[in-house]
Amino acid sequence: MVEKYKSQYGSGLEAQTYLGQNYFSVDRSLIPDFLRLLRDEEQFDYCVDITAVHYPKREKQFDVVWILYSFPRNERVRVKTQIADGASIPSSVPIWATANWLEREVYDMFGIQFDGHPDLKRILLPDGWKGFPLRKDYGILQQDKEWVQINLGIESGQ
Amino acid sequence: MSERTKEQANVLPDPASYVQGTKLDKLTHSTSNLEFETPDHPYLDSNELIINMGPQHPATHGVLRVILKLDGEKVLGTECVIGYLHRGVEKIAENRTYTMFNPYVDRMDYVAAVSNGLGYCQAVEKLLNIEAPPRANYIRVILTELNRIASHQLWLGTHALDIGAMTPLFYTFRDREEILKIFEKYCGARLTTHAFRIGGCQYETYAGFEKEVKNFLTFVAPKIDEYETLLTTNRIWLERTKNVGVISAADAIALGVTGPVLRASGVKWDIRKALPYANYADFDFEIPTGQNGDTYDRYLVRMVEMRQSLRIIEQAVNGIPEGPIMAKVPKVIKPAVGEIYHSIEAPKGELGYFIVSDGSTQPYRLRVRPPSFVNLQALDVMVRGMLVADVVAVIGTLDIVLGEVDR
Repeated sequence: MVEKYKSQYGSGLEAQTYLGQNYFSVDRSLIPDFLRLLRDEEQFDYCVDITAVHYPKREKQFDVVWILYSFPRNERVRVKTQIADGASIPSSVPIWATANWLEREVYDMFGIQFDGHPDLKRILLPDGWKGFPLRKDYGILQQDKEWVQINLGIESGQ
Repeated sequence: MSERTKEQANVLPDPASYVQGTKLDKLTHSTSNLEFETPDHPYLDSNELIINMGPQHPATHGVLRVILKLDGEKVLGTECVIGYLHRGVEKIAENRTYTMFNPYVDRMDYVAAVSNGLGYCQAVEKLLNIEAPPRANYIRVILTELNRIASHQLWLGTHALDIGAMTPLFYTFRDREEILKIFEKYCGARLTTHAFRIGGCQYETYAGFEKEVKNFLTFVAPKIDEYETLLTTNRIWLERTKNVGVISAADAIALGVTGPVLRASGVKWDIRKALPYANYADFDFEIPTGQNGDTYDRYLVRMVEMRQSLRIIEQAVNGIPEGPIMAKVPKVIKPAVGEIYHSIEAPKGELGYFIVSDGSTQPYRLRVRPPSFVNLQALDVMVRGMLVADVVAVIGTLDIVLGEVDR
């Protein structure tokens, strides 16, 4: 499977293994197509999770990670891609319906935009909140003080 | 009412008065006589109605707000508003060492804390590339399966209570107490147990542990039958759960639904069998599946799961070996640079941990894949076209814990 896609996509795709777990690092431009291919051709019919990792020192600051599972193959695989801060990425809601809330959470926590998402808004934090808490430059005690004062009527949530 | 003449009673109120709420006397007169002629204009037109269920509602099992779009009693659509219990567990993880973060995971799914701990400890062990010794694995399996029974008992009691059957709540809480007593004796805590450590278990079993677990098995097996006598053939229960909240296997897979909800739709998939962890591969047990994917099937699947858990515990407690309970773990846990994903079959579904290590003592990123959060997303699909009362049944049958949904 790996060889087949390597020849197809060339340098845009890299397959790695760490501690027995396989993952693909793919170029941002391959994203909706490669995921769709994994679902349709390779039977990865269950999208376990979508998440992101923030590397503030890198030029492309974010890793977006899809964890996929295939019921027929009984196999798990991860797909990773790098995107820059402010860049957007195609939504995978048309591929797996479960991506809806998962992408909303990624947007909520990291501020990554998903193009074509049906209803991209905050999910765990309140709608008017400013800031994206899981970015590395967001402190653990940091909060949207203004929001807390206006909506909760208290000085600080701490 | 006796003074009222028949003529007065038959006067139909002006429909406009319902809306403005003014001519109230007229309204009260007319309601006592139900033999109205059909009015030319409808009293209430079928405009869509938006109502809020929650955040404080006894049937939402926590602080969940569901916005319901209704046509009469029929649900046209729902939207869940969540996050009221958000504590930023993933952010906390990035600022704690691996060991310090261990107790925090108990606070996610607080009715199945042991499962959360098992998933986390195993994920870190995988990252460190170590394995817990066999005796620790046996203790882990016994406690995790006991916790699965406790979680299912709590689910059954509250779910039945939501639908209107009060007795199961008392029965299940009475029996769940016995499990909590074992936990308390083992590690001192009843709910947020923090029973396991990275590399194995902190505590050796107490004197009489095996005997108490065996006593529990003989005690609880007839009790599960007893719950079934209350519900399985109960006509009210059947009416309220059969064909309610149906989800097909294809929809369930597309929505990422896992656990008993997926199995009730007919997909025979359980991580304990598909990708065995700990020493589940050593035990003999069945995975129950349903056919219709309705609330009743999910109930049956969970009932069978409780019995299967008893089977696993019985095999584990009879085969528990002697030996160490802790693997060789460095005092300071510093995994090599890399990332792993590990998941276990929690009582609610697939509970996964995705950990990225940068080689320091703290996780660079720790992501929890919560089963309740993903399963709750299916609520909308399951209640469309059903009645308002069914929303309560479906929230119950999804078995969500808001501590885990919001993290």
